[in-house]
Amino acid sequence: MIHSTAAEMATKLAAGEISSVELTQQHLDRISVVDGQVHAFLYVDTEGALSQAAAVDAKRVAGEKLSPLAGVPLALKDVLTQKGIPTTCGSKILEGWRPPYDSTIVSKLKSAGIVILGKTNMDEFAMGSSTENSAYGPSHNPWDLTRIPGGSGGGSAASLAAFEAPLAMGTDTGGSIRQPAAVTGTVGVKPTYGGVSRYGLVAFSSSLDQAGPCARTVLDAALLHEAIAGYDPRDSTSINAPVPAVVAAAKKLDVKGMKIGIVKELSGDGYQAGVRSRFDEAIEELVNAGAEIVEVSCPNFEYALAAYYLIAPSEASSNLARFDSMRYGIRVGDDGVRGAEEVMKMTREVGFGKEVKRRIILGTYALSSGYYDAYYGSAQKVRTLITQDFAAAFSKADVLVSPTCPTTAFKIGEKSDDPLGMYLNDIATIPVNMAGIGGMSLPVGLAPEDGLPVGFQIMSPAMKDDLMYQVGGTLEAALLRKWGSPILSNAPALGAN
Amino acid sequence: MALNYDQAIAAYDPTLGLEVHVELNTNSKMFCGCATEFGAEPNTQTCPVCLGLPGSLPAVNGKAIESSILIGLALNCSIAPFSRFARKNYFYPDMPKNFQTSQFDEPICVNGYLDVEIETDEGTKVFRIEIERVHMEEDTGKSLHVGGSTGRIHGAEYSLLDYNRAGIPLVEIVTKIIPNTGKYAPQVARAYVTELRDILRSLGVSDVKMEQGSLRCDANVSLAPAGSGQLGTRSETKNVNSLRSVERAVSGEIERQANRLQNGERIIQETRHFLEESGQTRPGRSKEQAEDYRYFPEPDLVPVAPDAAWIEELRATLPEKPSIRRKRLKIEWAVPDKEMASMVNAELLDTVEETVLLGSDPTKARSWWLGEISRLANEKEVAPTSLITPIQVAEVIALIASGELTDKLARQVVEGVINGEGTPQQVIDARGLKVVSDDSALMVAIEAAIASQPETAERIRGGNIPAAGALIGAVMKATGGQADAAKVRELLLKHLGQG
Repeated sequence: MIHSTAAEMATKLAAGEISSVELTQQHLDRISVVDGQVHAFLYVDTEGALSQAAAVDAKRVAGEKLSPLAGVPLALKDVLTQKGIPTTCGSKILEGWRPPYDSTIVSKLKSAGIVILGKTNMDEFAMGSSTENSAYGPSHNPWDLTRIPGGSGGGSAASLAAFEAPLAMGTDTGGSIRQPAAVTGTVGVKPTYGGVSRYGLVAFSSSLDQAGPCARTVLDAALLHEAIAGYDPRDSTSINAPVPAVVAAAKKLDVKGMKIGIVKELSGDGYQAGVRSRFDEAIEELVNAGAEIVEVSCPNFEYALAAYYLIAPSEASSNLARFDSMRYGIRVGDDGVRGAEEVMKMTREVGFGKEVKRRIILGTYALSSGYYDAYYGSAQKVRTLITQDFAAAFSKADVLVSPTCPTTAFKIGEKSDDPLGMYLNDIATIPVNMAGIGGMSLPVGLAPEDGLPVGFQIMSPAMKDDLMYQVGGTLEAALLRKWGSPILSNAPALGAN
Repeated sequence: MALNYDQAIAAYDPTLGLEVHVELNTNSKMFCGCATEFGAEPNTQTCPVCLGLPGSLPAVNGKAIESSILIGLALNCSIAPFSRFARKNYFYPDMPKNFQTSQFDEPICVNGYLDVEIETDEGTKVFRIEIERVHMEEDTGKSLHVGGSTGRIHGAEYSLLDYNRAGIPLVEIVTKIIPNTGKYAPQVARAYVTELRDILRSLGVSDVKMEQGSLRCDANVSLAPAGSGQLGTRSETKNVNSLRSVERAVSGEIERQANRLQNGERIIQETRHFLEESGQTRPGRSKEQAEDYRYFPEPDLVPVAPDAAWIEELRATLPEKPSIRRKRLKIEWAVPDKEMASMVNAELLDTVEETVLLGSDPTKARSWWLGEISRLANEKEVAPTSLITPIQVAEVIALIASGELTDKLARQVVEGVINGEGTPQQVIDARGLKVVSDDSALMVAIEAAIASQPETAERIRGGNIPAAGALIGAVMKATGGQADAAKVRELLLKHLGQG
């Protein structure tokens, strides 16, 4: 039953119609058939997954009260630590490292009985929009294997679109959950910053990183969201407040009277024609469902990308300093003669890829004395202005919407030598991270010109994540009625070679 | 010809700046729950956070914040309503994250002062040392560079790393520049660190043991031509591990710099290492090319915003200032300066005070703690307070006062308590240590003594009172020391018609 939703799987598990071991095995079988083509996974924990599944089955037989998603499998982005399981962050420098501790998310997944199938591919240290920056080779978009599945969380999104997993974990620093969701026809949510603990999430940019759920439906994302969210004393930046009721919101299927704001600056030129037309059709569906559409202007979004590419690399240059070969990961050049400093240099030279080095250099420069105020300082001011833009916009609308990305999935290799072109992919997703609010991408159809999925972004105010689920759930249901079947039923079959 | 200290001071005005690092004595580290015990097996007090493992995050130790605020309040600082941690970025193998979580432009306490007194030929002089800031940070791990001649990383065969110290909470107390100390600069530096140490100890926030590194002082010294009012290039001397070394390091550095300047050489801005044996400093890292630490606000931690009411609560708990307390006790106890200093240096002021508060005479309490008990503690190489409690000492002193013990017997009681034979009363009972005060029993012994030394007895009868010592000694011997010597003397002299 790998083509079902996670909610359906959970219902069947609860009814005893299938065991978690059977369900997990079906997914492991699927992985072994299609992952040679998709390359969504960097590590598959067959034994661990089956034993977790068996433990859930035993508890169910014993009549223990289980969480809603108990027994449902999940694919974990390789940036989250899981005790004893290789965690590489898509980097060569961490090759062979097995963390001695579980991230808070993994602890929560485990206690919810969610079965972890393995670790998914990603751009190195979550820096990228295509997974082409993975040291272990790119993942492929199940819609067209010659295309990128987005990034950095391309592996997680691809695993969902290829039916290798019904749920996946992603992390989103500038769009790494939402952009892969958009280009693979899946759902991805970046919760409010601080809504989900970052403890055990290997940091790229601490003030922007946020883990969130990836799924094939809005309800599945909501179920996973509630399983992982909540205050964590180990993460000082996590918010000590009740988790928004996102599952209930996803089930509301009603937007009557809600005000939905279209962000003027996130449309128009630079957006692919098919992306624009599918976006407009989705707006019509919302109007038909009773929502009121308003246009809002966020003039400072213009500077978001530039400011992001100062803040994120600055924090990354510091966060990635610890990868020095002294305590974990690979070590290069330790011949007993070379000093520690030289070994550090040689290891970092070999261990980090091109994009990571580019950003470390950029960030080191931006934080340097004499440049700090002009670069990092100004970028922080832009961040404040963007937050103010959002505040003004949310005074006129309950949620804001835009296309998730300017284009559908591009070809692997197409933008490898064009970092700026690559960065532009995240132009609509970055403002959400800069302001720390919630953002969701859900599929709204295929672009007529290339037949590839188009993503629709919904943004909600901080700690009002339920609003985007409410709008997303309603829109998804309307589109399903219109299409008659889920968007992924249009994707080509895999594993038939 | 080389300038000596007096010549150096005649030609140049010194300016000081002192940075003191204090390890707080919290039970857990600054940003994780690991233990902070000194001297544990290497790398046994670590976790993903203080090892800086990928994905781990810091969480601030509230007790460390409280201690930092107490320090700021005791140093007359303003407590910032909003302060932030910042990352200080540089690579070093004993620093797990290759950045130190510290505070930069938004420290927790600012703008304080500390008055210190020094004794001079011209009488007591008071210097006001202005405090620029008090900030919090985490300590690094410890490197042991093995092989090589210098004990430094360059040239070492290999290095051992112990991360037990990584993440121990540190507070750094930085003075503003200290001008106009003239020839007293070394004494002022020492007095400042001494007073600071006493304050920290009275607050109970640190072990303040310079020899274990829980209190470390870096001394910045610069010289300018006498009377010029200028500010010279400074050096920063590290590795100053005792109060005496603070004084020596400053005077040594004044001499060194004066001689360079006298020879037309310039002072290089650098860190220097104090050499305990010679009192000299040797050059360390040059700071000519200012290291760029790329400070930026720590994004993993929320700002520290202590509640004003909490700060006032803490202010109300501040103990009496050590300098004021010393003055008070000196008067109350009528203690000479030198004795007061020994008590402070032996870290026994609190203990003596506690004993006095239990009813003991201050002079007696002082002499027991600094005398017999300290002597036994020295023999055993432990702290006096680990051997016996103020309650036990006060009990012994009370028994002497009531005549139930002689000084000699009391020493045996104290020895018994220290040997673990129980409370003073238990030792007295078990060892049968009782002053013989029964007159008739004493008279038997006195008559026996007179009988054995009739000539001495005659001399006493003839008015030679000092000769009584020999007979008293004989009685004491016969009673095994359990007699009250004063009583024996009284009875003896009476018996021989001299009473």
